[in-house]
Amino acid sequence: MEITLTHYLLLAMVLFLTGMVGFVLRRNAIVMLMCVELMLCSVNIVFAAFSRFHASADGHVFVLMNFAVAAAEAAIGLAILVEIFRRRRTVNVDDLKALME
Amino acid sequence: MDSHTTETLLRWIVLVPLLGAAVGGLLNRRLPKKVAGLMACGTVGVSFALSVTVFLRLTRMPAAERFVSDTMATWIGFGNLQVDLGFSMDPLSGVMALVVTGVGFLIHIYSLGYMAHDEGFSRFFAYLNLFIFAMMTLVLGENLLMLFVGWEGVGLCSYLLISFWFNDEANAAAGKKAFIVNRVGDFGFLLGIFLIGVTLMPHLGQGEGLLSFRTLQHHSGLMAPVATAICLLLFLGATGKSAQIPLYIWLPDAMAGPTPVSALIHAATMVTAGVYMVARMNFLFILSPTAMTVVAAVGVVTAIFAATIALTQNDIKKVLAYSTVSQLGYMMLACGVGAFGIGIFHVMTHAFFKALLFLGSGSVIHAMSNEQDMRVMGGLKDKLPVTYWTFLVGTLALAGIFPLAGFFSKDEILWKAFSSDLGGVLPWAIGFLAAGLTAFYMMRLVVLTFFGENRASAEVRSHIHESPATMTMPLVILAVLSVVGGWIGWPHFMGGGAWFEQWLEPVFAGTHAADHGGHGVITHAMETAGHVATGGHAAGEAMHDTMMEWILAGASLVWGLLGLSVGWFVYMKKISIATAFRNMAGGFPHKVLLNKYYVDEAYEGTFIRPGYRLSKSILWKIVDAGLIDGLLVNGSALVVAITGSMLRLFQNGMVRFYAWSFTVGVTVFVLYLSFSG
Repeated sequence: MEITLTHYLLLAMVLFLTGMVGFVLRRNAIVMLMCVELMLCSVNIVFAAFSRFHASADGHVFVLMNFAVAAAEAAIGLAILVEIFRRRRTVNVDDLKALME
Repeated sequence: MDSHTTETLLRWIVLVPLLGAAVGGLLNRRLPKKVAGLMACGTVGVSFALSVTVFLRLTRMPAAERFVSDTMATWIGFGNLQVDLGFSMDPLSGVMALVVTGVGFLIHIYSLGYMAHDEGFSRFFAYLNLFIFAMMTLVLGENLLMLFVGWEGVGLCSYLLISFWFNDEANAAAGKKAFIVNRVGDFGFLLGIFLIGVTLMPHLGQGEGLLSFRTLQHHSGLMAPVATAICLLLFLGATGKSAQIPLYIWLPDAMAGPTPVSALIHAATMVTAGVYMVARMNFLFILSPTAMTVVAAVGVVTAIFAATIALTQNDIKKVLAYSTVSQLGYMMLACGVGAFGIGIFHVMTHAFFKALLFLGSGSVIHAMSNEQDMRVMGGLKDKLPVTYWTFLVGTLALAGIFPLAGFFSKDEILWKAFSSDLGGVLPWAIGFLAAGLTAFYMMRLVVLTFFGENRASAEVRSHIHESPATMTMPLVILAVLSVVGGWIGWPHFMGGGAWFEQWLEPVFAGTHAADHGGHGVITHAMETAGHVATGGHAAGEAMHDTMMEWILAGASLVWGLLGLSVGWFVYMKKISIATAFRNMAGGFPHKVLLNKYYVDEAYEGTFIRPGYRLSKSILWKIVDAGLIDGLLVNGSALVVAITGSMLRLFQNGMVRFYAWSFTVGVTVFVLYLSFSG
């Protein structure tokens, strides 16, 4: 069986939905961060697939940039979480409502 | 357009006093009095010298080309709307410039003495300089908009100087009254300018200054259909500035200001701005017989109306103020019958003798320790000899006694009112009557002030002294001018050349069609002689006119002398006559005159109080409190508050809720984009 663009897109969709549903349903901030990474990853797959099948390097450029963004996001996100955990002894997002008002 | 002769001195005539005002006003009390005073006088002196220089240059030019201009910049350049920031001088504005800076200079010097002990000395001179700047902008402005800038500028200075001693509530109120009444007139003036702009704009070529007087004159034909409306609107402005009925009410109150201000602004210069403007726009006014009739009627009615009020006033400055209103009426009458040149002639002679009278009254007030009520004056003749003699000269000039300045201009106005196609017997008769009243009330003033026993308290009496030289010198100079100033208009029928009229002729060239009186009679008669074979008839007509002129002039002179003698007789010999008049018909006529026909009260009842009530009940409580504060301000705040409290439901702090809404939103959006095509 030949692997076509559709396969890549399906894979990306599954990954993206997993990440999205996880982000919405889970309460642990660390898991939510991981879900975000998952969604970014699926987007990377789409970029790479289109790039490959359209024979254009543009997609790769975006993928590289996405890596950088994802890395930065993870770094800052985790740093914030660590700090929150130190103060509140929890990373449950439902308990973090201090900025509501 | 004709060739322009550039004269860069013009801008300095205007700007030097502004410089003086800026320095004097900014440094104010940090400046020693001596420096402030000398600087103010110096700048006006420079302005006067420059005016003379440019004026002399004009005289050396051929009559038809007497026009110099100085364009500094383009003020407004927008499509074919072009207004320049520039000045120009022609025979008319030349005369005005000389009068304003010349009389202004004398009054500046006088003020050195009069204001010597005043705390606001520097401030006073800064205002005076600012006034000269504004007035020169008005006079030398090259277009109607520049004139308007000056017009508003002098209004501001008038306000500042009337309420100069603002610690007294009454003075501040007088200043406000002057300003507000003038605004009513200015509103008409502005509308007039707009109407001119709207009418002319579509017809102008590139580079033609829209409101430049030369353009207006050139295209005056285009404005003929709306000339009546334009002229009446402009004239409304003139009634405000030149204190004509119905807007004259501010001028008598304006006497609250220091006396030099009354002399400079409210007698000699600013109040003649309306006359100047009407004369400047003569080419438009002449297109509308209706407007001319209105101008003449308002002028002559104002002349008699104010003269009757002046009969009963007890404040020395109030008498002079009503006299000024009355004389301004004469000037308007002259303009209204097409004799613009004579109107300006009277502006000039009046500037001399009325400035003299006001400064003289200032000298009296100074001597009397700031007392202005004539009932407690009297017998000042020997104590203030210079003031007395110069004041007498001014009185005779105002009364129109030959050969003083007032005789020539006033007599010529009456003659034009009688002989011009736009005039007739009625305006002449009213003007003639007012002239007699003028002589009478001036004599009353002189007798009450300078003759008889002194009626002041002993303390005041011991302080009476003649004013210092800085004050008497200008009096003497103005007295000389009041005597000889009229001679430049020595009329033809008396063997003179009417040089003044000739000088202004190029400016009013277009108005000759309507002017058959005086100098015009002869040329007109000659034309008739050319057309009609019987030249003898026309010559006879001219002879007849000359005869008539002699008769009327003689009558004016006799009438003036009569007014003076009656005034002398009543107040010197038989004061019982005055008392009898006062008690006539239950004292009612006297009371009406003393209370100025209750015009102020009538305005209070018809405009001020209803306006106040309207403001309070509708404009304040409904429009301001209800509509603006309630609906617009608080209403918009309420909308924001409600929207906010609704949006706030979405900010519940649940990150997962945000994510969920975000997801749903994106999904809906993407679906919409996919299926909407």
